[in-house]
Amino acid sequence: MNDLVERLQELLPTLFEQTGITLWLVAVSLLFGGIGGLLVGTALYVTRRGGVLAQPVAFWVLNALVNTIRPIPFIIFIVALQPVARAVLGTGLGTNVIIFSISIAATFGIARIVEQNLISVDPGVVEAARAMGASPWRIIRTVILPEAFGPLILGYTFATVALIDMSSVASIIGGEGLGAYALDYGYRRFDPVVTWSALAIIIVVTQLVQGLGNWLARRILRH
Amino acid sequence: MPHISITDVTKSYPPRRRGGATVVAVDGVSLDVERGDVFGVIGYSGAGKSTLVRLINGLEPVTQGSIQVDGVDVTSLSGARLREVRQGIGMIFQRFNLLRSRTIRANVAYPLEVVGMPRDQRRARVDELLRFVGLEDKADAYPEQLSGGQQQRVGIARALAAEPAILLADEATSALDPETTDEVLDLLARVNRELGVTIVVITHEMDVIARIATKVAVMEQGRVVESGATYDVFTRPQTDTARRFVRTVVRALPDGDALVALRQQHDGRLFTISFTDEGASEARVFGALARAGVDFHLVHGGVDDIQGRVYGLLTIAVRGDDAAIRDAVASIGSGVTITEVTA
Repeated sequence: MNDLVERLQELLPTLFEQTGITLWLVAVSLLFGGIGGLLVGTALYVTRRGGVLAQPVAFWVLNALVNTIRPIPFIIFIVALQPVARAVLGTGLGTNVIIFSISIAATFGIARIVEQNLISVDPGVVEAARAMGASPWRIIRTVILPEAFGPLILGYTFATVALIDMSSVASIIGGEGLGAYALDYGYRRFDPVVTWSALAIIIVVTQLVQGLGNWLARRILRH
Repeated sequence: MPHISITDVTKSYPPRRRGGATVVAVDGVSLDVERGDVFGVIGYSGAGKSTLVRLINGLEPVTQGSIQVDGVDVTSLSGARLREVRQGIGMIFQRFNLLRSRTIRANVAYPLEVVGMPRDQRRARVDELLRFVGLEDKADAYPEQLSGGQQQRVGIARALAAEPAILLADEATSALDPETTDEVLDLLARVNRELGVTIVVITHEMDVIARIATKVAVMEQGRVVESGATYDVFTRPQTDTARRFVRTVVRALPDGDALVALRQQHDGRLFTISFTDEGASEARVFGALARAGVDFHLVHGGVDDIQGRVYGLLTIAVRGDDAAIRDAVASIGSGVTITEVTA
């Protein structure tokens, strides 16, 4: 028992550092992927048939793009995207490449979540805004997005948890973070204490994220 | 010039599936709505009335024909020009369609934001509107904290915010119970009377028409089958559809089982008397029968208030000699139609 405590004390600074990296990875990817997903998802919603900016061709193209990218397993996506990362970032390895890859994959994953949440907005309120003479852009900004805000928070919470999951394969391109630490130092070096402590932190972080998301959504939906 | 002039308007939707049939929702409709009218459009669901009202503010484009609002052909407009016309036409809905993410105050302010009214003026205008609909104490509440009737009153305040000359009411009372329906109809009547707003009321309830509409058009399968002053349509319906609607409000002539039952309960001949406020009152009818020495009693019917005017439809059972009955009927005079129930 004393051995374990001693071991954990020894690991603590590294765990701390790796948790920080994971949070940084997830936060930055969530920012880029979240904005990207919001744009693509909103575009899907407004260009669909009967949407406020119905554009069947644009919808078809976006829809096909999302359907193509979204099902690719993330671990393969990173590898396949490496040449692009090299062209954009000048390197195919490291934490920034992981952020880059997650951001792109998340854009398309979050796009679907956003689209689905926007579809749940009562078409009646959109019609009311049209009847009042509001322009499509105003309707998107002042009706559709605010009305879907609560569900969107829950959707983004779900996406954040998925991003934590994605960040854990960082080690294959030399990235860092809790997942990489568990794989490289726990799994490969047969050190279950490392694996389990990294896992425990991931569980705690996930719980906190989900709890925060639920709390925010409840406040917005006034339940 | 009519306030809203609808000329030969058709709206059809392409078939849902390849090879399917084109759906014609509105079929060659022409109507004129005069300034200050409360114009009712009644029909069963699927008659095309909700589609028709959406053509007036261009929420849907017409397939054929033209619609002039204040002399402007809305069917030729699109984009910013069409939105400008819409800002001058208020609309209320069956499900109220308030924004859940906004307070009552912010809901009513929405159309004012759209027309670009500065924030400080918006606040005063919203207060004024909420006072008009009697909900100033609910300004900071959210829609779900209000009853259906209150939500519809917010809908009316919102629709009136930008001072439109026209208000479109799409089944505005259909989701409300009878008591709140009265409350909302009273408010609409006030909007028409005090603010001079022309109102187009879409409904499937003849009661709503009787309460507030000055004119009515009856729609069936996309066409207007009958239209005219509300009182005339109620007292002299020309089509089966109109008669069916009238019957939902006015206790109509007995037929079928009701008639068989009446015959069993009463001997003597059955007559129906229909009278309008232009002619004799029921007292005069009964007086004439009594003076002729005819024995009668009332077996069916009632007297209704249509647009503040009287309309009665009574069935009486009469016993007595044929000549006396004929004389009595003849002496009643104009404004009353008396016919024997022979079926």
